[in-house]
Amino acid sequence: MPEKRLILDVKDLGIDFGGLTAVNDFSMQVYDNEIVGLIGPNGAGKTTVFNMLTKVYQPTRGIILFDGEDTAKKNVVDMNKAGIARTFQNIRLFSQLSVLDNVRTGYHNRSAYSSLTAVLRLPAYYAKEREIDENARELLKIFGLESEAENLASNLPYGAQRRLEIARALATGPKLLLLDEPAAGMNPQETEELMDMIRLVREHFKIAILLIEHDMKLVMGICERITVLNYGMMLAEGTPAEIQADPAVIKAYLGE
Amino acid sequence: MKKNGIGTLVSRKKRGRTVSFLIVITSYIIMQAMMSTGNLSSLFSGLLVPLCCYIVAAIGLNLNVGISGELNLGQAGFMSVGAFTAVSVSGYLASAVPNPVIRLIISIIAGVIAAALFGIVIGVPVLKLEGDYLAIVTLAFGQIIKSIVTNMYLGFDENGFQFSFVDNKTKLAPGGKMLLNGPMGATGTERISTFTMGAVLIILSLFIVYNLIFSRSGRAIMAARDNRIAAESVGIEISKVKMLAFVISASLAGAAGALYGLNYSTLVPAKFDFNTSILILVYVVLGGLGNMTGTIISTVILVLLPELLRSMQDYRMLIYAVVLIAIMLLTNNETVITKMKMIQKRFSSKTPGDRAAG
Repeated sequence: MPEKRLILDVKDLGIDFGGLTAVNDFSMQVYDNEIVGLIGPNGAGKTTVFNMLTKVYQPTRGIILFDGEDTAKKNVVDMNKAGIARTFQNIRLFSQLSVLDNVRTGYHNRSAYSSLTAVLRLPAYYAKEREIDENARELLKIFGLESEAENLASNLPYGAQRRLEIARALATGPKLLLLDEPAAGMNPQETEELMDMIRLVREHFKIAILLIEHDMKLVMGICERITVLNYGMMLAEGTPAEIQADPAVIKAYLGE
Repeated sequence: MKKNGIGTLVSRKKRGRTVSFLIVITSYIIMQAMMSTGNLSSLFSGLLVPLCCYIVAAIGLNLNVGISGELNLGQAGFMSVGAFTAVSVSGYLASAVPNPVIRLIISIIAGVIAAALFGIVIGVPVLKLEGDYLAIVTLAFGQIIKSIVTNMYLGFDENGFQFSFVDNKTKLAPGGKMLLNGPMGATGTERISTFTMGAVLIILSLFIVYNLIFSRSGRAIMAARDNRIAAESVGIEISKVKMLAFVISASLAGAAGALYGLNYSTLVPAKFDFNTSILILVYVVLGGLGNMTGTIISTVILVLLPELLRSMQDYRMLIYAVVLIAIMLLTNNETVITKMKMIQKRFSSKTPGDRAAG
């Protein structure tokens, strides 16, 4: 098997909020085109790790190497430009924009043109807008949202909103997609469909996916590797089978 | 999901754009026709230019408040900057550029640049912050500008400009001219504003604002309004796009002020006070946030109403207030809105083309 390219390399990451250490000594690797799970009990610091990876929080300690590059000086926007896109635990769509416009917004930096071009309606405007429109509709089709394109995002049913959030994230052209509890609030059948969709996204876009999830069926079903977080510390790391058999993990989840 | 009849979101918005251009152009033609046939009272025709100014300032403010979601309580301050810059430029160029139309255009451009500069100075630090800081700072800006202009003396003679602050220390040689006269403002201004220029400015501002909204930048501005964190996560630089909306809004206020200032022979700084800012905000809120057609209509009604009610003398402000409250109640009442939508649906469901959208 050929050596896979390292996309994300996190070393000894840590963050303090005042005197409280939320995450400490956290290290993990994500390789190209891999699906990795990040699990842990409530309050373990999973979303905090996501927020550090996307620089919503600036880590207090540690190094994040993304695609071989140090990200210490990067902010949220830079991280997205570098190739990390994410979804949110509590859905964050642009509620007053149409479904199509939500995805178009994802092309902000990929198909860029100046506001002067827009105001003067120069030929570049039409060319870029056509390109954005075609790509955005293509994405909506993949996520089964093409019939909703002109509707307000806030009028979509819950499951469709989650899918739209993933579509918007993919529109930014990421190398690594972070999914924060994608199956939250979904019924077993919807979760099943979501699993297929995540696999499809990986195949179709050739990207790595890191996901936080409480639904163990989903995590064990699609993740190739899993990292377990507890009280802001790494508890275990390994394949789904190894994690399921790990006594420390069982203890963290079920108690003694 | 039932949505047939009302039309799709995008087509509805684009229809709004066509409607607002049509309204402006038709009313311009009607007004011109009435003026040339002498069917317009002098009171009414005197209101046309200020009306255009308020519409332009309100369209700009709606971009900032409705589309960008940032409250601005100092739109009159930017009008003031535009007005006194334009009046000074026009007064200075009076002999150099005798053609009033060209001088008007130059003065308006000067007013726009001045207002945009103030917009940049205010926006750069404030729009980096999250929250209602812009409202507070623009409120203060409006007051500060009023005080500054009230204490400013500017004149010129053959030796160049003379400027003094608080006390009038300018000593002009014979043939010199005062441009700004402290609390008395600009006096003896040549009235070069025209209704045509007002209509052109409205169309230009609609053109700019609509073209911006239906573009990458417009989507980014609205995305930043709807969800700041998500907008950043897709690579949008929040302060940059908010800045764009704010500076365009300030520039349009500058253009509006310039046209306003050059419409009167005397203009006092106190004209552009906090009440004027609030008045423009009222036009925007009543017309609907983000709704440019609504802004135009509400500005027309609210500017003309006090004048039309002049015969009622003491009761006119009372009626004005009642109309304001009535519009507010009606446009925010759930029952009324549903009824309106039903009526709209009944009308549009007869047109077969819209069905396909559902």
